[in-house]
Amino acid sequence: MINSGHGRGPDSGSNSDPFPAGLRVLVVDDDPTCLMILERMLMTCLYRVTKCNRAELALSLLRKNKNGFDIVISDVHMPDMDGFKLLEHVGLEMDLPVIMMSADDSKSVVLKGVTHGAVDYLIKPVRIEALKNIWQHVVRKKRNEWNVSEHSGGSIEDTGGDRDRQQPREDADNNSSSVNEGNWRSSSSRKRKEEEVDDQGDDKEDTSSLKKPRVVWSVELHQQFVAAVNQLGVDKAVPKKILEMMNVPGLTRENVASHLQKYRIYLRRLGGVSQHQGNMNHSFMTGQDPSFGPLSSLNGFDLQALAVVGQLPAQSLAQLQAAGLGRSSLIKPGMSSSPLVDQRSIFNFENPKVRFGDGHGQTINNGNKQMSLLHGVPTGMEPKQFAGSHMRVQQQITGVRPGQNVQSSGMVLSVADHLPRGGPSMLSSLGQQQPMFSTSVSRRSDLTGAVRNSIPETNNRVVPATHSVFNNFPADLPQNNFPLASAPGISIPVSASYQEEVNSSDAKGGSSAATAGFGNPCYDMFNNFSQQQQQHHNNKLNDWDLRNIGLAFSHQDTASASAAFSTSEAYSSSSSLRKRRETDATVVTAHGQNQQPPSRSLNHLNHVFMDGGSVRVKSERVAETVTCPPATTLFNEQYHQEDLMSALLKQEGIPSVDNEFDFDGYSIDNIPV
Amino acid sequence: MQRQVALIKQSLFDQGYLDEQFMELEELQDDANPNFVEEVSALYFKDSARLINNIDQALERGSFDFNRLDSYMHQFKGSSTSIGASKVKAECTKFREYCRAGNAEGCLRTFHQLKKEHSTLRKKLEHYFQLARQAGPKETARRPK
Repeated sequence: MINSGHGRGPDSGSNSDPFPAGLRVLVVDDDPTCLMILERMLMTCLYRVTKCNRAELALSLLRKNKNGFDIVISDVHMPDMDGFKLLEHVGLEMDLPVIMMSADDSKSVVLKGVTHGAVDYLIKPVRIEALKNIWQHVVRKKRNEWNVSEHSGGSIEDTGGDRDRQQPREDADNNSSSVNEGNWRSSSSRKRKEEEVDDQGDDKEDTSSLKKPRVVWSVELHQQFVAAVNQLGVDKAVPKKILEMMNVPGLTRENVASHLQKYRIYLRRLGGVSQHQGNMNHSFMTGQDPSFGPLSSLNGFDLQALAVVGQLPAQSLAQLQAAGLGRSSLIKPGMSSSPLVDQRSIFNFENPKVRFGDGHGQTINNGNKQMSLLHGVPTGMEPKQFAGSHMRVQQQITGVRPGQNVQSSGMVLSVADHLPRGGPSMLSSLGQQQPMFSTSVSRRSDLTGAVRNSIPETNNRVVPATHSVFNNFPADLPQNNFPLASAPGISIPVSASYQEEVNSSDAKGGSSAATAGFGNPCYDMFNNFSQQQQQHHNNKLNDWDLRNIGLAFSHQDTASASAAFSTSEAYSSSSSLRKRRETDATVVTAHGQNQQPPSRSLNHLNHVFMDGGSVRVKSERVAETVTCPPATTLFNEQYHQEDLMSALLKQEGIPSVDNEFDFDGYSIDNIPV
Repeated sequence: MQRQVALIKQSLFDQGYLDEQFMELEELQDDANPNFVEEVSALYFKDSARLINNIDQALERGSFDFNRLDSYMHQFKGSSTSIGASKVKAECTKFREYCRAGNAEGCLRTFHQLKKEHSTLRKKLEHYFQLARQAGPKETARRPK
């Protein structure tokens, strides 16, 4: 249930209320009693409150109203989505401060809140005094963004900066003005230096108030961002250079800087899982193919970016898929489906192209470039890259398993053939029709349980098939993991997560389905994956992959809209992805979702993966999308990934690919849900 | 009449049925929302009845899925805490401990007790609100001495 905010402040309805009155708060809690009490309290504080009892709903609200809220308060334990997942999504996609709350005051949970980036943690019962001061988090965040932009050499005039700094300080009646001042000074001096060097100015910087317009990191934008970061090297990427490379009018260094911060946080989280892997990926990729290299890394980043963007992946994926597959609105149910589909289509393209020659002989030759791009994903040649890309794509889309990606792409095809379930039919259907995807996706959601069950089935089937495939590229597998994890440890975690998911096909599906959109699923999947990865070793990847594929199949069938969907999507996505292109972003998400208690790092990894995957998919798919009319309307609305992917593809310059994959006998219908 | 209402409320606090949180809720009540506390209470009892039902069913099944029970109880505890139902909350805590210990019998016993407390509180609050409405809106907003 959502109540639109009741403004009780003097200027209710306007965003220019003096702090803190009029602060737009979104409160999420499944407990109606608490929700009602909180709403009352917040209104008494003169805030504009919107209450919501479901996390998915909250996320979609946030996405629809990009700048509609200043702060989010969320419960930790919610049935449809873990509060921490929501926290991460919000942080990545909307960059809003999030306050966690719970009756649980154990240190571990509070710590989790901290590590996930919550700006505060309230213990229930929440008293109104605690709510009176939440505005400080909003102010603090905005200040930090300012500082970041300064540090990155924003072209804020000194005077302007001064003014800006002062304004927030005054407006917020902030006691930390001294701190800010210090920051400002240091940043401004840095800025001066940078300005000398940097020709670009952030002309659009709105340095006049705290309420600077929030930049929406669309999928394309994020793709560009990730591409730039990858080119520069994540460690050396500075906002100024990124901005230059992105060459996006209206984008300020400050925007880039804050976005970079977030991105780095994700990378760091992912890195925690398997840093070395990430490194390896990089080496792989670069060695193999320059185009891939960036792609791979891009994918990894893309995933993150996507994670950040959240919405983007979904859309982009949708678009990509739509374009690539030429399918229309496959995914009817919630976003989750679209991303899956999109991803799948994207991946399918790539995979088939890259490797399908082996398995299916239909190798999509959409474009060498594409293939190469995808390479990361499937071609045995560049398993690493491919894996990386696949992973990313997959992850983005359906949470493709990293390891699998590389191989899975190729394998997917082969697997598809083998999969009785409809692997082949699935693949074909997947590749060719998004609708399949969507249906499968939708089915998944509907059949959370079914998905789960199906997963085991698919797994079995997939395993044999995939094994063979994998065998082809024994080396690839391990490598795949790496490339996939362009973000350190990303690939591995992803694989791991897949495995786990696969292994625990059982109930996972349902649990994390909550991800609101496509983007969300990705995150979840990644998260789960990363966790799993940690738990499992690469060795298991192969198995996972197989399983994933199987899962993907099963998942694909299920509807994506519902929570179940999300989990199932992850599964199906992965399978479909694998088949298609290893665009298992959804799978990733599903996996992620299933793994409700993902560690932060995992989540990040997942995100990274997903983003990377989806992003890559996009880029690769750009060409494809061009040729293929976006069939999936679903995707378009929901998945930024599509956009992201297309953006990526465009960037990659991949020639349009023939989106019509000929997945032999893939038929979503065949996929048992 | 009003004094009677005040006395009843005081006794609820004294007997430990309600705690400061309830007072917090009363603070939120004002002329624009004169029946806020009553509304919240009604909502609480409605929602907690559902939870109790779920737990009942889960216990009846005899499978004793402690994790699930614990999670139900966590929800229950959260609501009860928010409304200031301290005795109910205490039972919730006990129940969760038994869950964590895997003590099925303890769970059952505690749950039985919890239901008792819950329905007692409900009756008392209903009585209280009824009187308060009769006595006049101001009364409910007054803090007990």
